[in-house]
Amino acid sequence: MKRLQERAQNRPTGESPIIRMAVRVMIPFIQLFGLYVIVHGHYSPGGGFQGGVILGASFILMALAFDLKTTTDYFSEKANAILGNAGALIFTGLGALTAILGGLWLDYSALDRIIPLGPIEWRSMGIFLVEVGVGLAVMSIMVSLYWDLASGGDMDEGL
Amino acid sequence: MIWLLDLIILALVVVCAVATITLRDLLGAAIVFGVYSFLMCLLWAEMGAVDVAFTEATVGAGVSTILFIAAIFRTTRRSKD
Repeated sequence: MKRLQERAQNRPTGESPIIRMAVRVMIPFIQLFGLYVIVHGHYSPGGGFQGGVILGASFILMALAFDLKTTTDYFSEKANAILGNAGALIFTGLGALTAILGGLWLDYSALDRIIPLGPIEWRSMGIFLVEVGVGLAVMSIMVSLYWDLASGGDMDEGL
Repeated sequence: MIWLLDLIILALVVVCAVATITLRDLLGAAIVFGVYSFLMCLLWAEMGAVDVAFTEATVGAGVSTILFIAAIFRTTRRSKD
């Protein structure tokens, strides 16, 4: 383990071209699966949290195989913060909107008063919107947890 | 549901849990903890709680193992004082 640590401090791990090529092929499929899990969260196992963790894990995998710079090129810190806050805002905003419109907190059938789709259709739609918000927030929190932990908080180089 | 499979997975879970707290090597303990999480995921999926199994597989076996390893890389082998 000591040798591993010295190697990690001397150069970025994962310089092997086999690992890089495999990760390059795997990442789009992982992200597609994460989106599938989020979108199908309300009638099959999965949902916003699990799909968000899968989406975040794809960026963590990228940061492990390449380095932190490559990840921040594709998915900058600012975009990460914006997406995370947008996710939290979707969740709480939807809850507040339903409360303002006269329903209970997160009672999606109250949204029927804006776009008339029928209360049953809106319950399904509302869960989907909340899952999207939760997925975005969880993805950005997972990615920023890894970034801060791997670089010691100064975001210069990864593991 | 299949009690023999249940029993095998449960025995492996106990073995992994004991190994995690007795291993001196931190990196090895993190890896065995990942194995423990995955076995718990198998147990939950086998008992019918697919949603919990999904969460355990993604968070327990996937992300938390990586976060443990990232934290271990910041430690040193022996304390300096």
